[in-house]
Amino acid sequence: MSLPHLPLDAITIGAHADDWPAAITAAGDALVRSGAATSAYTERMIEVIREFGAYIVIAPGLALAHARPGADVLTDGLCVVTLVEPVTFGHPHNDPVSVIVGLAVAGADDHLQFVAELANVFNDPTVIPALAGATNAEFVKSVFERTAS
Amino acid sequence: MKIVVMCGIGLGTSAILKVNTERALERLDIAASVLATDVAGVRAAAADAQVILTSSELVNAIGKTNADVIVINNYFDVDELVVKLDIALGS
Repeated sequence: MSLPHLPLDAITIGAHADDWPAAITAAGDALVRSGAATSAYTERMIEVIREFGAYIVIAPGLALAHARPGADVLTDGLCVVTLVEPVTFGHPHNDPVSVIVGLAVAGADDHLQFVAELANVFNDPTVIPALAGATNAEFVKSVFERTAS
Repeated sequence: MKIVVMCGIGLGTSAILKVNTERALERLDIAASVLATDVAGVRAAAADAQVILTSSELVNAIGKTNADVIVINNYFDVDELVVKLDIALGS
């Protein structure tokens, strides 16, 4: 199993977000738009951060928005949101965030290979700055397809 | 040897950390099993673990443990993992 399809309608370039909940909401909106989840999933992604903190900011400039599988996940899905102005999540090392990758998985067991592919994409340190500076969705899509293949 | 990687909900972030920890161990030529867990499961998962890897945000959630706790800043930086694991496990 490789990365779930990253359709163009799951990519938002240059979103405006005043704070981290707005940034997560932009990622949730992209998952809803592409048919991967319902808006209830957006709320659950925000809850994860309220409960556990900004640990989802797993690399400089990058937040991995996600929650547990649930009825609000319609199918495995991935989205990418880039922000015009980076926002602070409260992480001691990796703030501010300019790229949010949203992840929705339908089942806990089948996501490991999928996440390994995500690691393959982002283990290249040039990828986060490249995504942050992307000016169109086609470029973002090509970054994921190039590295994951 | 057992290494536990922990995140808030036990998938997504911890799965990424597990994959890259295994890559770092391979580079160090260290044989170890790597188990991903969440805040709720860390006490049981780490009872016989030598090392717990997690984010600075979650260190306090671990509570009392005999394992070495290592804070990872960049989950995609295998070099950071290699350096920190080598310090914790290297002879």
